Amino acid sequence: MLVSIYRYNPDTDDKPVMRDIEIELPAGKDLMVLDVLELVKQKDPSVVYRRSCREGVCGSDGMNINGKNGLACITPVSEAVKPGGKLVLRPLPGLPVIRDLIIDMSMFYKQYEKVKPYLINDQTPPAIERLQSPEDREKLDGLYECILCACCSTNCPSFWWNPDKFIGPAGLLQAYRFLADSRDTADTERLSGLEDPFSVFRCRGIMNCVAVCPKGLNPTRAIGHIRTMLLQQGT
Amino acid sequence: MVTNVTNLGRSGLYDWLVQRFSAVILATYSFYILGSFVVNPDMNYEQWSALFASNVMRMFSLITLFALCAHAWIGMWTISTDYMTSLQLGKRATFFRLLFQAGCALLICVYLLWGIQIFWGN
Repeated sequence: MLVSIYRYNPDTDDKPVMRDIEIELPAGKDLMVLDVLELVKQKDPSVVYRRSCREGVCGSDGMNINGKNGLACITPVSEAVKPGGKLVLRPLPGLPVIRDLIIDMSMFYKQYEKVKPYLINDQTPPAIERLQSPEDREKLDGLYECILCACCSTNCPSFWWNPDKFIGPAGLLQAYRFLADSRDTADTERLSGLEDPFSVFRCRGIMNCVAVCPKGLNPTRAIGHIRTMLLQQGT
Repeated sequence: MVTNVTNLGRSGLYDWLVQRFSAVILATYSFYILGSFVVNPDMNYEQWSALFASNVMRMFSLITLFALCAHAWIGMWTISTDYMTSLQLGKRATFFRLLFQAGCALLICVYLLWGIQIFWGN
Protein backbone atom coordinates (compact mmCIF):
# COMPACT_ATOMS: atom_id res chain seq x y z
CA MET A 1 0.00 0.00 0.00
CA LEU A 2 1.16 3.48 -0.84
CA VAL A 3 1.29 5.81 2.15
CA SER A 4 1.70 9.55 1.62
CA ILE A 5 2.97 11.40 4.68
CA TYR A 6 3.33 15.10 5.41
CA ARG A 7 6.99 15.69 6.16
CA TYR A 8 8.36 18.85 7.70
CA ASN A 9 11.37 19.49 9.87
CA PRO A 10 11.73 23.23 10.51
CA ASP A 11 15.47 22.77 11.26
CA THR A 12 16.25 21.40 7.81
CA ASP A 13 13.27 22.02 5.49
CA ASP A 14 12.18 25.29 3.88
CA LYS A 15 8.61 24.08 3.44
CA PRO A 16 6.57 20.95 4.07
CA VAL A 17 6.32 18.21 1.43
CA MET A 18 4.20 15.08 0.98
CA ARG A 19 6.41 11.99 0.66
CA ASP A 20 5.20 8.60 -0.58
CA ILE A 21 6.37 5.35 0.92
CA GLU A 22 5.37 1.83 -0.14
CA ILE A 23 4.38 -0.44 2.73
CA GLU A 24 3.79 -4.21 2.59
CA LEU A 25 0.62 -4.96 4.54
CA PRO A 26 0.08 -8.42 6.07
CA ALA A 27 -2.56 -10.32 4.08
CA GLY A 28 -5.99 -10.97 5.55
CA LYS A 29 -5.75 -8.31 8.26
CA ASP A 30 -7.45 -4.94 8.49
CA LEU A 31 -4.82 -2.87 10.25
CA MET A 32 -5.44 0.38 12.05
CA VAL A 33 -3.80 3.48 10.60
CA LEU A 34 -1.47 3.60 13.61
CA ASP A 35 -0.25 0.06 12.79
CA VAL A 36 0.57 1.25 9.28
CA LEU A 37 2.46 4.20 10.75
CA GLU A 38 4.48 1.79 12.90
CA LEU A 39 5.40 -0.11 9.72
CA VAL A 40 6.36 3.19 8.10
CA LYS A 41 8.50 4.02 11.13
CA GLN A 42 10.33 0.69 10.77
CA LYS A 43 11.18 1.59 7.20
CA ASP A 44 11.92 5.26 7.83
CA PRO A 45 12.72 5.99 11.50
CA SER A 46 12.84 9.74 10.85
CA VAL A 47 9.01 9.95 10.61
CA VAL A 48 7.63 11.37 13.85
CA TYR A 49 4.15 11.33 15.37
CA ARG A 50 2.55 11.21 18.80
CA ARG A 51 1.07 7.98 20.15
CA SER A 52 0.54 6.35 23.50
CA CYS A 53 -2.32 4.05 24.48
CA ARG A 54 -3.15 2.75 20.96
CA GLU A 55 -6.80 2.18 21.92
CA GLY A 56 -8.55 5.54 21.56
CA VAL A 57 -8.23 6.62 25.18
CA CYS A 58 -5.25 8.98 25.41
CA GLY A 59 -6.07 11.08 22.35
CA SER A 60 -2.45 11.65 21.34
CA ASP A 61 -2.53 10.30 17.78
CA GLY A 62 -5.13 12.67 16.34
CA MET A 63 -4.27 13.39 12.71
CA ASN A 64 -5.82 14.11 9.35
CA ILE A 65 -6.42 10.77 7.64
CA ASN A 66 -7.36 11.01 3.95
CA GLY A 67 -8.89 14.44 4.57
CA LYS A 68 -10.77 13.62 7.76
CA ASN A 69 -9.54 14.19 11.30
CA GLY A 70 -9.46 11.09 13.47
CA LEU A 71 -7.44 8.93 15.84
CA ALA A 72 -4.97 6.75 13.95
CA CYS A 73 -5.23 3.97 16.53
CA ILE A 74 -8.95 3.35 16.09
CA THR A 75 -9.35 4.16 12.40
CA PRO A 76 -9.20 0.97 10.30
CA VAL A 77 -7.35 1.34 7.00
CA SER A 78 -10.40 -0.14 5.21
CA GLU A 79 -12.51 2.76 6.52
CA ALA A 80 -10.03 5.47 5.59
CA VAL A 81 -8.95 4.27 2.14
CA LYS A 82 -10.93 3.00 -0.81
CA PRO A 83 -9.69 -0.39 -2.14
CA GLY A 84 -6.48 0.18 -4.09
CA GLY A 85 -6.26 3.77 -2.86
CA LYS A 86 -3.51 5.68 -1.12
CA LEU A 87 -3.37 6.42 2.62
CA VAL A 88 -2.73 10.15 3.03
CA LEU A 89 -1.63 11.35 6.47
CA ARG A 90 -1.33 14.99 7.45
CA PRO A 91 -1.11 16.75 10.82
CA LEU A 92 -4.31 18.14 12.33
CA PRO A 93 -5.02 21.37 10.42
CA GLY A 94 -5.09 24.90 11.80
CA LEU A 95 -2.34 24.69 14.42
CA PRO A 96 1.41 25.19 13.93
CA VAL A 97 3.39 22.09 12.97
CA ILE A 98 6.34 21.21 15.20
CA ARG A 99 7.52 18.37 12.99
CA ASP A 100 5.87 15.92 10.57
CA LEU A 101 2.55 14.87 12.17
CA ILE A 102 3.15 16.64 15.47
CA ILE A 103 1.36 19.93 16.05
CA ASP A 104 1.82 22.61 18.69
CA MET A 105 -1.34 22.35 20.81
CA SER A 106 -0.59 25.33 23.11
CA MET A 107 -3.45 27.41 21.69
CA PHE A 108 -5.86 24.50 22.07
CA TYR A 109 -4.92 24.05 25.73
CA LYS A 110 -5.04 27.81 26.34
CA GLN A 111 -8.67 27.83 25.20
CA TYR A 112 -9.37 24.76 27.34
CA GLU A 113 -7.91 26.54 30.39
CA LYS A 114 -10.22 29.51 29.82
CA VAL A 115 -13.34 27.48 30.67
CA LYS A 116 -11.92 26.56 34.10
CA PRO A 117 -12.30 22.82 33.55
CA TYR A 118 -12.60 21.88 37.20
CA LEU A 119 -15.36 21.82 39.77
CA ILE A 120 -15.98 25.11 41.57
CA ASN A 121 -18.09 24.92 44.70
CA ASP A 122 -18.29 27.69 47.28
CA GLN A 123 -20.16 25.61 49.87
CA THR A 124 -18.49 23.92 52.83
CA PRO A 125 -17.12 20.55 51.70
CA PRO A 126 -18.96 17.57 53.23
CA ALA A 127 -17.07 15.10 55.40
CA ILE A 128 -16.74 12.45 52.70
CA GLU A 129 -17.82 13.52 49.21
CA ARG A 130 -20.34 15.67 47.34
CA LEU A 131 -23.22 13.42 46.45
CA GLN A 132 -25.06 13.54 43.14
CA SER A 133 -28.34 11.89 42.17
CA PRO A 134 -28.27 9.35 39.32
CA GLU A 135 -30.44 11.79 37.28
CA ASP A 136 -27.94 14.63 37.74
CA ARG A 137 -25.04 12.31 36.98
CA GLU A 138 -26.77 11.25 33.77
CA LYS A 139 -26.63 14.88 32.56
CA LEU A 140 -22.86 14.54 32.25
CA ASP A 141 -23.06 11.62 29.82
CA GLY A 142 -21.85 12.64 26.39
CA LEU A 143 -19.73 15.39 27.95
CA TYR A 144 -17.19 13.86 30.31
CA GLU A 145 -15.95 11.32 27.75
CA CYS A 146 -13.95 13.91 25.78
CA ILE A 147 -10.28 12.91 25.58
CA LEU A 148 -9.01 16.29 24.26
CA CYS A 149 -7.60 14.82 21.06
CA ALA A 150 -8.35 18.15 19.28
CA CYS A 151 -9.87 16.43 16.23
CA CYS A 152 -12.99 18.60 16.56
CA SER A 153 -11.44 22.02 17.22
CA THR A 154 -8.88 21.61 14.44
CA ASN A 155 -11.66 20.73 11.99
CA CYS A 156 -13.64 23.86 12.84
CA PRO A 157 -13.24 26.85 10.47
CA SER A 158 -14.17 29.29 13.26
CA PHE A 159 -11.25 27.90 15.28
CA TRP A 160 -8.95 28.17 12.24
CA TRP A 161 -9.83 31.87 11.83
CA ASN A 162 -9.78 32.83 15.52
CA PRO A 163 -7.84 30.22 17.52
CA ASP A 164 -6.91 32.89 20.07
CA LYS A 165 -10.49 34.05 20.69
CA PHE A 166 -12.96 31.25 19.90
CA ILE A 167 -12.82 28.57 22.57
CA GLY A 168 -13.59 25.85 20.07
CA PRO A 169 -15.84 22.79 20.30
CA ALA A 170 -13.59 20.78 22.65
CA GLY A 171 -13.31 23.60 25.20
CA LEU A 172 -17.01 24.43 24.95
CA LEU A 173 -18.02 20.80 25.46
CA GLN A 174 -16.03 20.94 28.71
CA ALA A 175 -17.50 24.33 29.59
CA TYR A 176 -20.97 22.78 29.40
CA ARG A 177 -19.78 19.68 31.26
CA PHE A 178 -19.20 21.90 34.34
CA LEU A 179 -22.23 24.12 33.73
CA ALA A 180 -24.37 20.96 33.71
CA ASP A 181 -22.78 19.56 36.86
CA SER A 182 -25.16 19.80 39.84
CA ARG A 183 -22.16 20.05 42.21
CA ASP A 184 -20.77 23.17 40.54
CA THR A 185 -21.92 26.54 41.91
CA ALA A 186 -20.13 28.91 39.53
CA ASP A 187 -22.67 29.00 36.67
CA THR A 188 -23.04 32.80 36.74
CA GLU A 189 -19.29 33.45 36.62
CA ARG A 190 -18.77 30.78 33.98
CA LEU A 191 -21.52 32.20 31.77
CA SER A 192 -20.38 35.81 32.14
CA GLY A 193 -17.00 34.73 30.82
CA LEU A 194 -18.63 33.30 27.69
CA GLU A 195 -21.06 36.00 26.55
CA ASP A 196 -18.63 37.97 24.36
CA PRO A 197 -18.93 37.78 20.53
CA PHE A 198 -16.08 35.25 20.15
CA SER A 199 -15.87 32.65 22.93
CA VAL A 200 -19.15 30.85 22.14
CA PHE A 201 -20.95 32.89 19.50
CA ARG A 202 -18.31 32.38 16.81
CA CYS A 203 -19.77 28.88 16.42
CA ARG A 204 -21.73 28.83 13.16
CA GLY A 205 -23.22 25.40 13.76
CA ILE A 206 -21.63 23.71 10.76
CA MET A 207 -21.12 20.59 12.89
CA ASN A 208 -17.71 19.52 11.56
CA CYS A 209 -16.92 18.76 15.21
CA VAL A 210 -19.76 16.25 15.42
CA ALA A 211 -18.76 14.66 12.11
CA VAL A 212 -15.19 13.92 13.21
CA CYS A 213 -15.37 13.28 16.98
CA PRO A 214 -13.78 9.83 17.45
CA LYS A 215 -15.78 9.34 20.66
CA GLY A 216 -19.12 10.13 18.96
CA LEU A 217 -19.75 13.24 21.10
CA ASN A 218 -21.83 16.24 20.09
CA PRO A 219 -20.16 19.59 20.90
CA THR A 220 -22.72 21.49 18.78
CA ARG A 221 -25.51 20.36 21.07
CA ALA A 222 -23.48 21.42 24.13
CA ILE A 223 -22.88 24.84 22.54
CA GLY A 224 -26.64 25.11 21.95
CA HIS A 225 -27.24 24.41 25.66
CA ILE A 226 -24.69 27.10 26.62
CA ARG A 227 -26.49 29.59 24.35
CA THR A 228 -29.81 28.72 25.98
CA MET A 229 -28.29 29.21 29.45
CA LEU A 230 -26.82 32.57 28.36
CA LEU A 231 -30.23 33.54 27.00
CA GLN A 232 -31.94 32.58 30.25
CA GLN A 233 -29.41 34.57 32.26
CA GLY A 234 -29.31 37.58 29.92
CA THR A 235 -33.00 38.17 29.20
CA MET B 1 -14.06 37.00 28.02
CA VAL B 2 -12.79 38.54 24.77
CA THR B 3 -13.05 42.33 24.66
CA ASN B 4 -14.41 43.94 21.51
CA VAL B 5 -15.67 47.44 20.86
CA THR B 6 -16.75 47.31 17.22
CA ASN B 7 -19.55 44.75 17.31
CA LEU B 8 -23.13 46.02 17.49
CA GLY B 9 -24.10 45.43 21.10
CA ARG B 10 -20.77 44.80 22.90
CA SER B 11 -22.14 41.34 23.71
CA GLY B 12 -22.20 38.17 21.66
CA LEU B 13 -25.59 37.25 23.10
CA TYR B 14 -27.08 40.62 22.09
CA ASP B 15 -25.73 40.40 18.54
CA TRP B 16 -26.86 36.80 18.21
CA LEU B 17 -30.38 37.70 19.33
CA VAL B 18 -30.56 40.79 17.10
CA GLN B 19 -29.39 38.75 14.11
CA ARG B 20 -32.14 36.20 14.61
CA PHE B 21 -34.93 38.70 15.29
CA SER B 22 -33.90 40.83 12.34
CA ALA B 23 -33.82 37.72 10.12
CA VAL B 24 -37.43 36.96 11.08
CA ILE B 25 -38.46 40.56 10.26
CA LEU B 26 -36.62 40.47 6.93
CA ALA B 27 -38.20 37.13 6.00
CA THR B 28 -41.70 38.35 6.96
CA TYR B 29 -41.28 41.53 4.90
CA SER B 30 -39.90 39.62 1.90
CA PHE B 31 -42.78 37.14 1.99
CA TYR B 32 -45.28 40.01 2.28
CA ILE B 33 -43.83 41.81 -0.76
CA LEU B 34 -43.60 38.58 -2.77
CA GLY B 35 -47.14 37.70 -1.67
CA SER B 36 -48.35 41.08 -3.00
CA PHE B 37 -46.95 40.19 -6.42
CA VAL B 38 -48.49 36.73 -6.34
CA VAL B 39 -51.92 38.07 -5.33
CA ASN B 40 -51.72 40.89 -7.87
CA PRO B 41 -49.50 39.74 -10.75
CA ASP B 42 -50.45 42.69 -12.98
CA MET B 43 -49.48 45.31 -10.42
CA ASN B 44 -48.97 48.74 -11.97
CA TYR B 45 -47.13 51.79 -10.61
CA GLU B 46 -50.23 53.33 -9.00
CA GLN B 47 -51.03 50.13 -7.09
CA TRP B 48 -47.37 49.77 -6.07
CA SER B 49 -47.36 53.40 -4.79
CA ALA B 50 -50.64 52.87 -2.97
CA LEU B 51 -49.19 49.85 -1.21
CA PHE B 52 -46.48 52.04 0.33
CA ALA B 53 -48.74 55.05 0.99
CA SER B 54 -50.31 53.69 4.16
CA ASN B 55 -48.61 54.50 7.47
CA VAL B 56 -48.74 50.85 8.54
CA MET B 57 -46.72 49.81 5.47
CA ARG B 58 -44.31 52.72 5.94
CA MET B 59 -43.76 51.71 9.57
CA PHE B 60 -43.29 48.07 8.57
CA SER B 61 -40.77 49.19 5.93
CA LEU B 62 -38.91 51.37 8.42
CA ILE B 63 -38.68 48.56 10.96
CA THR B 64 -37.43 46.26 8.17
CA LEU B 65 -34.87 48.89 7.16
CA PHE B 66 -33.52 49.06 10.73
CA ALA B 67 -33.49 45.25 10.88
CA LEU B 68 -31.62 45.13 7.56
CA CYS B 69 -28.99 47.60 8.80
CA ALA B 70 -28.45 45.75 12.08
CA HIS B 71 -28.36 42.39 10.27
CA ALA B 72 -25.90 43.70 7.69
CA TRP B 73 -23.58 45.22 10.29
CA ILE B 74 -23.45 42.04 12.38
CA GLY B 75 -22.82 39.95 9.25
CA MET B 76 -20.14 42.22 7.78
CA TRP B 77 -18.47 42.64 11.18
CA THR B 78 -18.34 38.85 11.55
CA ILE B 79 -16.84 38.46 8.08
CA SER B 80 -14.20 41.10 8.81
CA THR B 81 -13.22 39.51 12.12
CA ASP B 82 -13.09 36.05 10.52
CA TYR B 83 -11.05 36.83 7.42
CA MET B 84 -9.20 40.07 8.17
CA THR B 85 -7.15 38.98 11.16
CA SER B 86 -3.41 39.03 11.83
CA LEU B 87 -3.30 35.33 10.86
CA GLN B 88 -4.28 36.25 7.29
CA LEU B 89 -2.96 39.80 6.91
CA GLY B 90 -0.17 40.08 9.45
CA LYS B 91 0.52 43.38 11.18
CA ARG B 92 -1.62 45.38 8.73
CA ALA B 93 -4.75 43.46 9.75
CA THR B 94 -6.08 46.01 12.25
CA PHE B 95 -5.75 48.88 9.77
CA PHE B 96 -7.50 46.99 6.94
CA ARG B 97 -10.19 45.58 9.24
CA LEU B 98 -11.02 49.01 10.66
CA LEU B 99 -11.01 50.50 7.17
CA PHE B 100 -13.38 47.79 5.94
CA GLN B 101 -15.63 48.20 8.99
CA ALA B 102 -15.69 51.99 8.57
CA GLY B 103 -16.63 51.56 4.89
CA CYS B 104 -19.44 49.17 5.81
CA ALA B 105 -20.70 51.48 8.57
CA LEU B 106 -20.73 54.44 6.17
CA LEU B 107 -22.55 52.46 3.48
CA ILE B 108 -25.14 51.18 5.96
CA CYS B 109 -25.74 54.74 7.26
CA VAL B 110 -26.21 56.01 3.70
CA TYR B 111 -28.68 53.21 2.92
CA LEU B 112 -30.54 53.88 6.16
CA LEU B 113 -30.92 57.62 5.56
CA TRP B 114 -31.72 57.09 1.88
CA GLY B 115 -34.31 54.46 2.78
CA ILE B 116 -35.97 56.75 5.34
CA GLN B 117 -36.10 59.49 2.71
CA ILE B 118 -37.68 57.10 0.17
CA PHE B 119 -40.31 55.73 2.56
CA TRP B 120 -41.12 58.90 4.52
CA GLY B 121 -40.10 61.74 2.18
CA ASN B 122 -42.52 63.60 0.00
